[in-house]
Amino acid sequence: MFGEYLPILMMMGVAAVICTVMVLGSYILGPKRVTKYKSSPYECGVAPLGDAFERVPIKFYLVAILFVLFDIEVVFLWSWLTVFKDSPLDFKIFTGVALLIYMILWIIGDAYVIKVGAIEWDESTSLAPEKLIDSKPITVNTPAVPQTIEAQ
Amino acid sequence: MSQTFIPSTETVFEKTGENTMIVNMGPQHPSTHGVLRVICELEGETIVRCKCVIGYLHTGMEKEAEYQTYHKCVVMTDRMDYLNANGNNLAHALAVEKLIGCEVPKRGQYLRVILAELSRIASHCVWLGTGALDLGAMTPFFYIMQQREMILDMFEMFSGVRMMPSWIVPGGLRGDIPPGLETKLRKFLVEFPKELKVIEDLLVDNPIWKERTQDVGILSGAEALALGCSGPIARASGVPFDLRKAKPYSSYEDFDFEIPVGSVGDVYDRFLVRIAEMKESCRILEQAINGLPEGPYNTLDRKIAPPPRQELDNSMESVIHHFKLYTEGFRAPAGEAYAGIEGSKGELGFYVIGDGSNRPYRWHERPSSFMNLKSLEVLSVGRMIADVIAIIGSIDIVLGEIDR
Amino acid sequence: MGLIRVIFVVGAVLALVPPLIWWERRLLSWMQDRIGPNRSGTITFPDNFPLKGLAGKKVRTFGLIQPLLDGVKLFFKEDITPSDVDRKLYFIAPAIALFPAFALGATLPWGPTTGLYGILTPIADVEIGVLYVLAISSLGAYGLVLAGYASNNKYSLMGGLRASAQLISYELAMAMSVAAIVMAVGSMKLTNVVAIQEGPLWGAVPWAQNWFILTPFGFISAVIFLIALVAETNRAPFDLPEAENELIAGYHTEYSSMKFAVFFMGEYAAMFVFSGVFATLFLGGYNILPVNWMALHEATGAGIFKFLSNANYWLAPLVFLGKCFAGITFFIWLRATLPRLRYDQLMNLGWKSLLPSASPTLSSSDSGSSAPNSTESLADGPPQSEPWSSATSST
Repeated sequence: MFGEYLPILMMMGVAAVICTVMVLGSYILGPKRVTKYKSSPYECGVAPLGDAFERVPIKFYLVAILFVLFDIEVVFLWSWLTVFKDSPLDFKIFTGVALLIYMILWIIGDAYVIKVGAIEWDESTSLAPEKLIDSKPITVNTPAVPQTIEAQ
Repeated sequence: MSQTFIPSTETVFEKTGENTMIVNMGPQHPSTHGVLRVICELEGETIVRCKCVIGYLHTGMEKEAEYQTYHKCVVMTDRMDYLNANGNNLAHALAVEKLIGCEVPKRGQYLRVILAELSRIASHCVWLGTGALDLGAMTPFFYIMQQREMILDMFEMFSGVRMMPSWIVPGGLRGDIPPGLETKLRKFLVEFPKELKVIEDLLVDNPIWKERTQDVGILSGAEALALGCSGPIARASGVPFDLRKAKPYSSYEDFDFEIPVGSVGDVYDRFLVRIAEMKESCRILEQAINGLPEGPYNTLDRKIAPPPRQELDNSMESVIHHFKLYTEGFRAPAGEAYAGIEGSKGELGFYVIGDGSNRPYRWHERPSSFMNLKSLEVLSVGRMIADVIAIIGSIDIVLGEIDR
Repeated sequence: MGLIRVIFVVGAVLALVPPLIWWERRLLSWMQDRIGPNRSGTITFPDNFPLKGLAGKKVRTFGLIQPLLDGVKLFFKEDITPSDVDRKLYFIAPAIALFPAFALGATLPWGPTTGLYGILTPIADVEIGVLYVLAISSLGAYGLVLAGYASNNKYSLMGGLRASAQLISYELAMAMSVAAIVMAVGSMKLTNVVAIQEGPLWGAVPWAQNWFILTPFGFISAVIFLIALVAETNRAPFDLPEAENELIAGYHTEYSSMKFAVFFMGEYAAMFVFSGVFATLFLGGYNILPVNWMALHEATGAGIFKFLSNANYWLAPLVFLGKCFAGITFFIWLRATLPRLRYDQLMNLGWKSLLPSASPTLSSSDSGSSAPNSTESLADGPPQSEPWSSATSST
């Protein structure tokens, strides 16, 4: 029914069995002394504020969407890639040119994504300046840097 | 989590934005160099603001010192900045000597310089190792720690103690240079630059290292001064201030050395400045061991420094001095004194108020790490969480000194 | 039959994980001037031991069983489940993290497909081999993300998010770099990929094998694939999801006992299997050297080449294993040398450097394979002169 994929399904089963055995084994063998502080989430030794199921920054979704877009474009190639080699010459030339155009479009797409800063992760784009609270906490009103060392 | 014995984050920090998340780094964190706690408000991985919370290593040593004689205070200075123990000893000794008006002979001063510079190199070694480890470079840590071992071996030859020698005391040192140290020191001075070169090869031109450190945590010279930063941090920002040159103590004016100064003031500059400083320290050490003068290493005032052992056998007066010094200590006049030295992390000073008794009325340290740590809150705003780690590493803090 | 193969490969991967951990710890120690685990496993036989040769002798294993002992220790550790976790996901995440390594191992041809080895390898010679490798390797992200999300720990969450963005970003570059290989092979079956690499180098040098790393486009692909590989396995310098200096332990901060061990094993098994994937795609699979021994034998008539050809056949699994170990040694070497990248730099490297440079390899291999005397002549499969190389060219 699954043909050559049957061993892979078996593999899944075996992996699941191994994991279950290992985790259950330690669950049975290990001691269980639950205390309140032991079972609280680790936050460097202090009580955590709220839980971690927080809103995830939009950046990550953006990367995921870009991945889906680009990956689908790659997937379109695969069927063509496999037949390319054994195909007649005129087909090769025709599709080769088509592929080049496709790749150029692909690169332009990537360049556009880079240009609009969709994958910029540094502070300049991810945070608007006005959101940087206390960004200037000190007022610099000291005299200029002494360039010479005062001899004592 | 309403009532816990652990102070909750919310008592010190309120969320300011919708999409932010408050994360505690420390006190139990692999790379806050001890028990520093940094509360960060993050948006994604970018720090919106952060706040340092200290005090997890508070031991009350400054108060404790008020109940100890001036000699006994020395062992507490070791435990403050435990990486630069000799520097702390020296600062304390200088402050007390200033208070009582005592001058240490040239040989003693040179020996102090040797100890202090070795300590500086050892401290920078730890900084280099842990700083690189914070950025994910494991190997330099092990290489540089071997060099630090050699320095600690030398401290052991001096005092029998590796990390807390307590060898520099008011009035001089506890003993002369031990036999065999000179050979070992000369060997070290040949070996160490080679090993340092290995680590430089690993890091200085490493593109990832440069990416991680360049333009990260830039502190301008004016900002550094305004925040009270000193030492390598201020020098990396272009402030050529080094107490060894600006206000020489302990015969530093005799030695020929440079002050490395950075131009940008980023983490990379601090890295380069400290590397250069280690090399300069080697130069000082070489000059000090070559030009080590003959003569006594302690002040000849027997009220302050104990007499040599052989004098005890044939001089009653020496025995009395010895007994008085080790039971009661010496009395300092009423007054106050501050002496600062260039520690491994910045200006390290002790402020001592005497009230005529054998104990300080008030004894306070100017901790260099504490002053430098304040720059963290400024430097990390707008940076990513990995940069905060890099910045903490580059500031080179020792919590023992910050909390005291 | 299938089940035997499955158990064989799973057993092999599981059995190889402890030596791998030992090798990493020892090699890292040597690189860092320290000793590493070298004590455990020293057995002193009693003087009255029945076997005379062993009586009173000390047998050292140089710490080889240290990882096993660590595993046993972890078995007896308390399995702490934090109070506020998302229980279902929390328990299922380690299994998902371990699965891809095994599943990838299923398709790798670790020996010639003819003769004796043909019975055992590969487990599943799926038609979509390369695509399958890519698909399964991105499954690994789920384990990490779910672990990070389910733990209800801010560090874990950040680690999980980092893992997701990192893995999918490098997945793209990986896919692009392999596309060139698929084009040159004309099939996605991994056995075919190896078979094609047994053909003459550049289609012109009959005595050498056409390992893809030796061809121009293949070399660029290999470099890109290797970088993406390190990122996919979360190894230094791309070990951001579990950067211990920033995120404590990243996505597995809240995992203890055997659940942690499963993650750990998953990482090492993945390293091993991915090294195998790299060897298969670029390093001629199980062949020991890029030399066509049979062609040399025919050209010179020297019997030594015939012998070497046979040796190449019989040593194939060992050679494959050796290549995997070489790959892991490379991983460890990277870990000992390089600092960790920052997150934004990682994304920049993936999207701005690797991806644009991966796409031209496809075009170059396009023009390369259209050229008259290139890999095109390999369409008939490997030279038939070799005794066991047949029945593989079935595109």
